[in-house]
Amino acid sequence: MALYNDIVMEHFMNPKNVGELENPDGSGTYGSPVCGDMMQIQIKVEDETIVDAKFKTFGCGSAIASSSMATSMIIGKTIEEALDITNKQIIDALGGLPPVKVHCSVLADRAIKNAIYDYAQKAGKTYAALEGYDPNEDEDEHDHGDIEE
Amino acid sequence: MRNVYLDYSATTPVKDEVLQEMIPYFTEKFGNPSSLYDKGLESRDAVSHAREQVAALIGAQPKEIFFTAGGTEADNWVVFGAADKLKAKGNHIITTKVEHHAMLHSCQFLEKQGFEVTYLDINEEGRVTPEMLEAAIRDNTILISIMMVNNEIGTVMAIQELAAVARAHGILFHTDAVQALGNVPINVKELGVDLMSMSAHKIYGPKGTGALYIRRGVHISNYLHGGAQEAKKRAGTENLTGIVGFGKAAEIAKRDFDKHVEHCRTLRNHLVERVLAEIPNTFVNGTMEHRHPGNASITFEYIEGEAILLFLNHAGISVSTGSACSSNSLEPSHVLTALGVPVEKIHGTVRFTIGDFTTMEDVDYVVDTLKNVVSRLREISSVNTQKGW
Ligand SMILES: Cc1ncc(COP(=O)(O)O)c(C=O)c1O
Repeated sequence: MALYNDIVMEHFMNPKNVGELENPDGSGTYGSPVCGDMMQIQIKVEDETIVDAKFKTFGCGSAIASSSMATSMIIGKTIEEALDITNKQIIDALGGLPPVKVHCSVLADRAIKNAIYDYAQKAGKTYAALEGYDPNEDEDEHDHGDIEE
Repeated sequence: MRNVYLDYSATTPVKDEVLQEMIPYFTEKFGNPSSLYDKGLESRDAVSHAREQVAALIGAQPKEIFFTAGGTEADNWVVFGAADKLKAKGNHIITTKVEHHAMLHSCQFLEKQGFEVTYLDINEEGRVTPEMLEAAIRDNTILISIMMVNNEIGTVMAIQELAAVARAHGILFHTDAVQALGNVPINVKELGVDLMSMSAHKIYGPKGTGALYIRRGVHISNYLHGGAQEAKKRAGTENLTGIVGFGKAAEIAKRDFDKHVEHCRTLRNHLVERVLAEIPNTFVNGTMEHRHPGNASITFEYIEGEAILLFLNHAGISVSTGSACSSNSLEPSHVLTALGVPVEKIHGTVRFTIGDFTTMEDVDYVVDTLKNVVSRLREISSVNTQKGW
């Protein structure tokens, strides 16, 4: 019995791509410390391909694991491919997340999109997947429950 | 790997002395305390003995102790029993924002049925003052309920002074003493409380057993209806083993009180001193002065509590978080919110609670581990002292 499966725990205990890039081509943050998680994802882009990505995350175990997995998934992908990634794919790659933690994968997904959005703005590019995209739009309210001792 | 349990406020292990006392009541001495033959009377005597043991711990008469299925039932009984009994007199209840959910959710349920509830704020120490209580009293107030010791930040409330305010107005006064029992001196007569909730599993007794102290002469309606057990006030065949265990645990709590308090306080102070000295950007929530001897509620800025908990768990250490994020809730703690801790910092709060089986080596191991965990998580975090929140 554990809170998280082995893949999530591995990405939490030994996260990949922690840190910041020196001259990122795109930088995105999502969430806020007030809500309990805030992610920053930075990307390095060459010829429309993400060649490097780094993250910094304030958050719980699954927020850190989602950041690690999400950055691992986008490295080597083209911008178009990275934009196609959904939070569901992040969850699947992690082998599942507890229902109350699903929003962590949404956060990672949004932080990626925000980093790409920033890249698009700076590089003067447009992507169909980003049409009408609002980097500050709130995620949906998530479920709450409570047990206290 | 070392295993260090620092969550004694969540629950405690049953002490061997307690367990040995309970065992015969599962097997040979299993009679129903209501039965009239010897086997029943033997069980009835055991329940009476336990009642004396619990009464002795709090300075009550045995007749004033009513066994329940735990602290939650005792709290519910008070809220619904007092509301029903006194509804002709009024429909206003006063409690605090920092009560356990057993109290808060019961009050919220009553609100849906037309009762009015005032949830008192706490001051910067985490306490309610007699003035704050006095100001909330109305003509139609029928019950005041203020916990003796808070389960998250360990603050000890000035129950004697608060109960005196209630008494001056002729209003029933209840205190949830689940965290206080065995950890702070309790004499119900000196405190002047009318009703008091207790639970066995926080004092090295079994889970699912507790009691409500009802001062002689105080009347509230029954909560559980059925047989004539507990002087016709609490129906249901007695949880014989649980009650026997609770009695023994109470006896030990009384016998070893000074030693227990001294042990917990020494280790707790050592933990707090080392953490504050060796880990930057940390602070203790609530006053150190009026505090549960084993409680340390500490905020680690710029990181999140569940992540700390997971790393500590990996190192064999059990603690709980203030954000309750790990206990299936994403809501920031209502207690820390009431204390005025900024929400982003509430997320980085960990509750360490020390008990009788904790050793100095355990505490040092926890602090040493924490130092690594906190610096690791701060490396990962997107917020820090330079960037700010
Ligand atoms: C202050 C307080 N009140 C009530 C309870 C509930 O007691 P029990 O677990 O026995 O139902 C607890 C602990 O869970 C508590 O800490």
